[in-house]
Amino acid sequence: MKATVTITLKSGVLDPQGKAIEHALGALGFQGVNDVRQGKVIEIDLDAADPTTAEALVKDMCGKLLANPVIEDYSIEISA
Amino acid sequence: MRAAVIVFPGTNREKDIAEALERASGKKAQFVWHGDSDLPDVDLIVVPGGFSYGDYLRCGAMAGNSPVMRAVKQKADAGVRVLGVCNGFQILTETGLLPGVLMRNAQLKFICKKATLTVQNSDSDFSSAYSEGQRVVFPVAHNEGNYFADDATLDRLEGEDRVVFRYADADGTVNKAGNINGSQRNIAGILNEKRNVLGMMPHPENATDPAQGGTDGLGLFKSLAEVLQ
Repeated sequence: MKATVTITLKSGVLDPQGKAIEHALGALGFQGVNDVRQGKVIEIDLDAADPTTAEALVKDMCGKLLANPVIEDYSIEISA
Repeated sequence: MRAAVIVFPGTNREKDIAEALERASGKKAQFVWHGDSDLPDVDLIVVPGGFSYGDYLRCGAMAGNSPVMRAVKQKADAGVRVLGVCNGFQILTETGLLPGVLMRNAQLKFICKKATLTVQNSDSDFSSAYSEGQRVVFPVAHNEGNYFADDATLDRLEGEDRVVFRYADADGTVNKAGNINGSQRNIAGILNEKRNVLGMMPHPENATDPAQGGTDGLGLFKSLAEVLQ
């Protein structure tokens, strides 16, 4: 089973990298960019009986290591 | 003073810390490798700076979950003094010994320079040799030193006098101009609730000998040596 974890900074937490990208897009002439937030994606190949078990396992991983709850939110997607 | 200095793969300031401890106390510190889950019987543990585990995932995230840090947490809970400098501060927040997190510097640049700080609080085992409001100059060298915590946590830190160092301008005034990395409320170093754990981004160990360009950092190690004899 494959789990894809998307980690982003919580809203309200300043994201200087996102801001730098936003400015660079503006400098390249892209119009209408209101906001840019940068995050990270972690792909995990894992053995689990079913998607529910897999999701619970990955959620535990996020709480313990993958994300820092002080500044980050995460979402989990499970696929076969 | 019996001190242990924790060494992770990628730590690079452990010798600077050990030399500073010896300058202040006359005693040699022991080095402890990260894979060890048993710590020697010491009264001070230092988590030094560097790039533990290559700063992968988040600074301090891997080290914060290592066996040795579980042992450090137990010692800290039992009252042993713990000092985390730079990457050590990042590790202590990831371990949960200190609140908040160190984010990427607001200007997105690695900062390597001498920083002016004010000693906000001399009522701690780490800062008793300083006077309150004293201006000190410590080197900084970090890419993720931008202290962040929610407002409730910041209010609590200030209300309980747990902010020990703040970034200041050259005159020692705490203001926006002196805030080198965008830290909330200019915070450079904080204590835990029990006041036996200090985390700070600047490097006091690199200001303990005239050959390093200054000795302002010696006071921190002398404070500890005085308390711990």
